[in-house]
Amino acid sequence: MSGPSTYNPKSGFEKWIDARLPLPRLMHDTMQTFPTPRNLNIWYTFGGILTFCLMVQIVTGIVLAMHYVANAGLAFDSVEKIMRDVNYGWLMRFVHANGASMFFLAVYIHMFRGLYYGSYKAPREMIWILGVLIYLLMMATAFFGYVLPWGQMSFWGATVITNLFSAIPVVGGHIATWLWGDFAVGDATLNRFFSLHYLLPFIIAGVVGLHIWALHVPGNNNPLGIDVNSPQDTVPFHPYYTVKDAFYLCLFVILFAGFVFYAPDFFGNPDNYQPANPLVTPPDIVPEWYLLPFYAMLRSVPDKLMGVIVMGGAIVTLFLIPWLDTSPVRSCRFRPLMKQFFWGLVVVCVVLGYCGAQSVDAVKFGIPMVWVARIASLYYYGFFWVIMPLVGWFETPKPLPASIAQSVLGDSAAAAAE
Amino acid sequence: MRIALPLALGVTLGLLASVPAFAADTKRLAPKDVEFEFEGPFGTYDRGALQRGFQVYKEVCSACHGLDHVAFHNMSEEGGPGFSEAQAKAIASGYRIPAEPNDKGEIMDDKGTRLTRAGIMADYFPSPFPNEQAARASNGGALPPDLSMIVKAREGEAQYVYSILTGFHMTPPGGFKVTEGKYYNPYFEGWNISMPPPLTDKGVTYSDGTAATIDQQAHDVTTFLAWAADPHMEDRKRMGFGVLAFLVVLSGILFAAYRKVWKDAH
Repeated sequence: MSGPSTYNPKSGFEKWIDARLPLPRLMHDTMQTFPTPRNLNIWYTFGGILTFCLMVQIVTGIVLAMHYVANAGLAFDSVEKIMRDVNYGWLMRFVHANGASMFFLAVYIHMFRGLYYGSYKAPREMIWILGVLIYLLMMATAFFGYVLPWGQMSFWGATVITNLFSAIPVVGGHIATWLWGDFAVGDATLNRFFSLHYLLPFIIAGVVGLHIWALHVPGNNNPLGIDVNSPQDTVPFHPYYTVKDAFYLCLFVILFAGFVFYAPDFFGNPDNYQPANPLVTPPDIVPEWYLLPFYAMLRSVPDKLMGVIVMGGAIVTLFLIPWLDTSPVRSCRFRPLMKQFFWGLVVVCVVLGYCGAQSVDAVKFGIPMVWVARIASLYYYGFFWVIMPLVGWFETPKPLPASIAQSVLGDSAAAAAE
Repeated sequence: MRIALPLALGVTLGLLASVPAFAADTKRLAPKDVEFEFEGPFGTYDRGALQRGFQVYKEVCSACHGLDHVAFHNMSEEGGPGFSEAQAKAIASGYRIPAEPNDKGEIMDDKGTRLTRAGIMADYFPSPFPNEQAARASNGGALPPDLSMIVKAREGEAQYVYSILTGFHMTPPGGFKVTEGKYYNPYFEGWNISMPPPLTDKGVTYSDGTAATIDQQAHDVTTFLAWAADPHMEDRKRMGFGVLAFLVVLSGILFAAYRKVWKDAH
């Protein structure tokens, strides 16, 4: 589908460039004429939104790094200086902090969209795997970033998460010490986390490049999950999807700006406005909202090592989805049974997030939350390892439409277009 | 930091099973449902309340609580208490700041007293105690927290601070024994607070004639501390309005373009 290039250099200068570094050709073919299924809906605009989020994080992050001091004695005060004394420092920091939440909100929608429409199935396995890799890198980056203000939650979050590695038998303790660069979370840890927090976004940008490259080989999946088989099924990326992405991006930025300007601490934790104190443990150590489902899984297992394995396995599972789904049909629109299990998974992930935010012994509506988390974790694993393979075999999918054009334009229009 | 190595390890290892040790019946009450002028998308700080609140901080709170992140020049900056530059300078010079070494390299006088100098605009509010140990020694072992971020650093924010300040002088329920040297305040986690009731009726005399009830003082000093924690709030909300207005217009234009481009495509 990426097909032969349609770029036609006009001026002598364009020809000169094209013969030496065909960058204009690449841009032309990938962002202008790229044939894109004509039926992509709102949920397909999040790829563009995510690219925007990454750029915002990198730009604001570079500015923040000009004023931030990665030193356990100075970090907290340097962040307050950014908030108070640096011109528009408060804006940079609030955009960066809320930007992380917006980034994850968008990535979760993007991932669930991929799951619903079967975008991970052949020939798009590599796009999905690279996507999960980006998600993993995002989690690491966000975790490192959350440590940097060196508030109470930064310090204790870092302590809890790095201590997970000490659960590994025999070498765990050594690994933890190696990660800290000390015998506990301290100045050495903060410095390396800052270094990695600055490095990883550029690695993410690189993997995003591969993700988009891999996407441009088979082209976009679409809500019908059927292949493109005629030019009538597609429209050129520009102007059709540039304008559509721009409109929905603008709506997304309105939401983003609403948080930045009117509820900048909505996703934050009050404890992180207190400087890190290794002698005082906060009553509840809670990670940022986007990590809560995994935190709930971790805590639902009484054994520490098993908890870490369950949590890690939940992410490893995501890499294997392309081979766990046995159905030949991609889109859940034509999979009546899978569709229900899919929405069950969405609910379960939200429930896990809710459980992760409660204290371990919390009892809500007479139900111990730890048991809710256990059942939800079971569903999460069951969905991917049992439901996905079995439903694929036993489900009778609905009949698929003949073509995208026919589905969008109707029989006569599709015929007329041909 | 280094003294905490074994502790940090030990505490975290026990985290999965750890539970706050408070009995459920001394859980703090929900903060009072009071309203402040600075709330809402168009809320601004009440200048009068900020100036009176500063007076309460200066005459009452500052005996034990620092305001480390607030500088004297902030007092005359836009979006703040609205003092003139001359007033802010006068406030600064009213404070004694630990002096830098003099040209003999001394920071103490002959009697061993710490040398001080008058504050200037670039100075920050001085801490009431030279170090944490001194603060604890003067307060029965408890450490009075710095107030620069207190409004942001507590669940419940301004309402929490207001509730603590007005939550004294209540009768504890039967069966609850107030710990020796502590005070009953049900808005504080565990109900035992080390801070003695700070505000008294007419404890300060407002120059603008406002009656200095406990509620009024609490309202004013909470407003002042909310500003101390979030000094750019007014600027932020103002800019937000402009940004959102721009984005709404832009999305209108983009929507029109989107409809036009796609008119015949679906």
